Amino acid sequence: MNDMTQSNLERALKIVGTRPARPDGVDKVTGRALFGSDKSLPNMLVGRVLRSPYAHAKIISIDTSKAEALNGVKAVITCADFEDFPSEFVPNGEMVVNLKDITRNIMAREKALYVGHTVAAVAATSDEIAEKALGLIDIKYEVLPHVLEVEDAERPDAPLLHEDMITIGVEPAPKKASNVAKRVEFGFGDVEKGFAEADLIVEREFTTQQVHQGYIEPHACLASVSEDGQADLWCTTQGAFVVRNFCSKLLGLSAAQIRVTASEIGGGFGGKTVVYLEPLALALSRKSCRPVKMDMSRAEVFTSSGPTSGAKIWVKIGVKNDGRITAGDCVLKYQAGAFQGAPVGPGAMCAFAPYDLENVRAVGYDIVVNRPKVAAYRAPGGPISEYGVESVLDEIAIKLKIDPIEIRLKNAAKEGTIAPYGPKLGPIGMIETLEAAKAHPHYSAPLGPNQGRGVASGFWFNIGGETSSSITINEDGTVGLTLGTTDIGGSRASMAMMASEELGVPMDLIKPVIGDTNSLGFNFLTGGSRATFSTGMTVVRSTREAIEELRKRAALLWEVDLDQVEWVDGHARLIAGDEPKTMSLAQIAKQAGKTGGPIMANCSMNVTGAGPSLGTHIVDVEVDTETGKVSIVRYTAIQDAGKAIHPAYVEGQMQGGAVQGIGWALNEEYIYNDKGQLENAGFLDYRIPVCSDVPMIDTVIVEVPNPNHPYGVRGVGETPIIPPLAAISNAVSRATNIRFNELPLSPPKVLARLMHG
Amino acid sequence: MEYVTPKSASEASQALSQEGAFALAGGTDLLVKLKTRFVSPSVVVDIKHIPNIMTIKQSAEGWWIGAATPCAEIVEHDSLSKNWPGVVEALSLIGSTQIQGRATLGGNLCNASPAADSIPALIAAGATCVISGQTKEREEPVEKIVTAPGMTTLGKGEFIIGFKLPIPKNRSGDAYLRLIPRSEMDIAVVGAGVSLSLSEDGKIEAIRVALGAIAPTQVLLSGLEDIFIGKEPNDDAIQKLVSLAEKACKPINDKRGTIEYRTKIAGVLAKRAFGIALKRANNY
Amino acid sequence: MSKTQVATCINGDTHEFLCDTHQTLLDVLRHELDLTGSKEGCATGDCGACSVMLDDRLVCACLVLGVEVDGKEIETIEGMSSGSGLHAIQQKFIDLAALQCGICTPGVLVATKALLTKNKNPSEEEVRFWLAGNLCRCTGYDKIVRAVLEVAADMRNA
Repeated sequence: MNDMTQSNLERALKIVGTRPARPDGVDKVTGRALFGSDKSLPNMLVGRVLRSPYAHAKIISIDTSKAEALNGVKAVITCADFEDFPSEFVPNGEMVVNLKDITRNIMAREKALYVGHTVAAVAATSDEIAEKALGLIDIKYEVLPHVLEVEDAERPDAPLLHEDMITIGVEPAPKKASNVAKRVEFGFGDVEKGFAEADLIVEREFTTQQVHQGYIEPHACLASVSEDGQADLWCTTQGAFVVRNFCSKLLGLSAAQIRVTASEIGGGFGGKTVVYLEPLALALSRKSCRPVKMDMSRAEVFTSSGPTSGAKIWVKIGVKNDGRITAGDCVLKYQAGAFQGAPVGPGAMCAFAPYDLENVRAVGYDIVVNRPKVAAYRAPGGPISEYGVESVLDEIAIKLKIDPIEIRLKNAAKEGTIAPYGPKLGPIGMIETLEAAKAHPHYSAPLGPNQGRGVASGFWFNIGGETSSSITINEDGTVGLTLGTTDIGGSRASMAMMASEELGVPMDLIKPVIGDTNSLGFNFLTGGSRATFSTGMTVVRSTREAIEELRKRAALLWEVDLDQVEWVDGHARLIAGDEPKTMSLAQIAKQAGKTGGPIMANCSMNVTGAGPSLGTHIVDVEVDTETGKVSIVRYTAIQDAGKAIHPAYVEGQMQGGAVQGIGWALNEEYIYNDKGQLENAGFLDYRIPVCSDVPMIDTVIVEVPNPNHPYGVRGVGETPIIPPLAAISNAVSRATNIRFNELPLSPPKVLARLMHG
Repeated sequence: MEYVTPKSASEASQALSQEGAFALAGGTDLLVKLKTRFVSPSVVVDIKHIPNIMTIKQSAEGWWIGAATPCAEIVEHDSLSKNWPGVVEALSLIGSTQIQGRATLGGNLCNASPAADSIPALIAAGATCVISGQTKEREEPVEKIVTAPGMTTLGKGEFIIGFKLPIPKNRSGDAYLRLIPRSEMDIAVVGAGVSLSLSEDGKIEAIRVALGAIAPTQVLLSGLEDIFIGKEPNDDAIQKLVSLAEKACKPINDKRGTIEYRTKIAGVLAKRAFGIALKRANNY
Repeated sequence: MSKTQVATCINGDTHEFLCDTHQTLLDVLRHELDLTGSKEGCATGDCGACSVMLDDRLVCACLVLGVEVDGKEIETIEGMSSGSGLHAIQQKFIDLAALQCGICTPGVLVATKALLTKNKNPSEEEVRFWLAGNLCRCTGYDKIVRAVLEVAADMRNA
């Protein structure tokens, strides 16, 4: 019954695979949906944050007395209001976090480690008073030399961010502290032997800049802690339960004392998986015994949330003349920001993962610098490392005069391939996406002058994790679903669709809601492309349990054995008997009171068996050779979704990821001045793609089912941001006959190469 | 912060002569500066209620464009767009559709950004502005207003009430081009405005070229007469224009572009805008 | 600090409110009138999430002072659907999945309605440039542009 490997792929699907209206659609097109900063409470205070003006400074003293004395100020907090923690690593999605670091990131302790680092916060009766109070907080700093780039941070004489940090993963352990937090290595075989067998070896260095997720909704929350320590927190987050756990630890409250309700979330892309304002608002509310609302300005989002790493990487690939790879090797150096935790592990794991290799090695370094601590960003680490590998592969294809899709097909990973990070892969769609790319009319369309066509593939693992959800059959025959993973891009629709498919009742009878942290067991956050896969798994399982219960109730009413009742198209049906007998879900529900009470089911599990998703993108660019400006002329994204529950939202993920990748490739970057201040902390100069920057993004959904999910779902959200970086760089390189190895490909950088080679 | 809505130019001048007074037209720059605490006015003088400050008029002497007319309204004005396509293009490039609904020529000039899109086009077109003051009104060429980033020649209590543009002669054309990294929503890395008129036999009679974002203020190129006047334009002359444009550059390295890049682009855009203006002149 | 009294018409209803001179129209809508459908993504006119109509002109509410709107007419996302149901544009955005997280959606819808009032048959390029001031980070704009083009055609044929 509940065998999750039981496949539904053989039977004809009625709902899954169609494109119904999303349940939250009307609220979102009418302005009714409540996002992080859309809620208020009576007697509410405004919380504001004082941030470090220095990139690296020792905090000598903090005097808040003048601010506290200001009329209208109800609470001032500093690091003294938070407990300290020993160093302890806990997994958080595709990243690992350390409470010692987190408590220092939400509120600086010994040192301020980046411009924008929180040093104090106030709650006051108005924004103006709060702002005035910030100006009255007297902080004495001792300014220290700072370091922004990995190559500077690695130097033996570099200023140290953490004087006690000894590199992990190096044997024997270094005696001296450094800014290198960690070394990781993945791979197998003998790369030196592989290179010795190669007919051609290409090695290149690449640079990528720090970029931000760029969600349009700034971080915001509303906290209310009562005199007895009961806390309510409303916030925009990818995971209410994760926020609860962070906050309960940071504030010394029990999990039961904090109820977190996730607002509608205005984009996250990994950036809303950690806490910034939430513990501050709770601490301010606890101190003032009044509700406290906080939100970040756009500038604060850029300076003080969690962008992803800029990086320096080195890639070396050896091939035979027929294009078969003999060895792949890379070294990745990722910026962690002020605290360790760059996504270099996943970056190293997936660098060569689209390929079936005999000799492969990927080494990564996690390096702290005086920038904001990085957070997850859509396939954290993957776009950077795969950009390097896919670029070198393109250069090899040109040198060997092999079609770029053919060279990938020749080396493609497939079922049974040992992935560079260890496991043997199940069925995966690398070959299928490449074949679909080759067959797509885009691939054979003619190119105009100064145009080039680039191709690149991308691999992402996807994850499962702790998940729970529940289903209730209402007495009128409608259905409620309570889900524990934030709906960030339409997952309420896909959950309702799977429940509808299982139950055989129309989707509009099913109402899915996202529960707060008291309504379900722990749910890990929405990230790692896990929501449709993992929450979908619990929805299918709990729905099947509910069906079992519905059959039981029907059997009771008919006074037959359970095995005499089957469930077909939303009805219980008596298998044997003289005449066909059926009872609808609504009829059973109506009599639930006299057959044993309300019908509901829930499911909680630690979901495993996520299926990697592979994608291949094709892009045509046009280069203005006099100005260096690159335009995207045509774009096609192809991806293996396993199974698209709601194809429109799968396409939406592919299109959105592709355009984020376009931004990363062309214009987005953190620009720091020599004082370590971010010069472009706003949408004006950070330059995410606007509507007129991009063409239609054509999509092809390939479906190689994941055998571990009842509908074959893999998860699609992250993979599509991986291929664009290399695909665009390859296209520009082919258009200009100059090999580019630095992002972003902004006009000044491209023109400089066109002028100087 | 006080907010006043004077109904006449003299009332406005009086209000603006107070310490810490700022004029508010479309507000697209001022409100950003308020938000970021870049300025803290004691009084904001909303000049939009003054007669003629939000009107577009054509007369025998030429065009009047009220200084507080939203760009969107100017762009929708067909005959002005036919007369001065380059000027209208330039101001249509200021910000998004939403910004266009509010942004004004007076504001774009008085904000005095080196990268302002409308200014090079207005200078190339030979536009003047009418300045209202406490005691008198004066008229100045647009190139006489900005003295440095954020600085103008406007005195205490003075504000711009409108712009004047001539009716172009036959066989005239103007154009404005800017380089931005994206297709929209960016500040110009370089801007170039060209206005020219041709004689009946296709020789250049008059030409003005102004560049933006390549120096602390917009630059009106000098030395064009020898190259162009009385001659039919050819590749050699255009190459000289490119060199003149490049030589006029005194740019800075910043987050939007490098010295080398801006210099190179100034020449490219001057050349391209010249080509468009010439084509328009031939068809006008 | 004394407040200024402002009388305005929002979505057809008269509203009077007291306003600090430094408050923006967006502050007033969201904090004084509880019209939170207009979103604040940047407060500097760069994202378009606060797009509203002010006397029939599309503007960013964050770049208008509250005191400026005295005597003016304002339309926000809350006024788009009539009593009889969703506006055709709203319905099309749902039908074509032209929203993901939904934070930019109110602004995009208000801007789209302004476009289709002015231009009943916009080209793809016109749609893209008209909406360039409405940042969306989820959709890659594809489905938004398709929805606008398709609803424009529907409205022409209606």
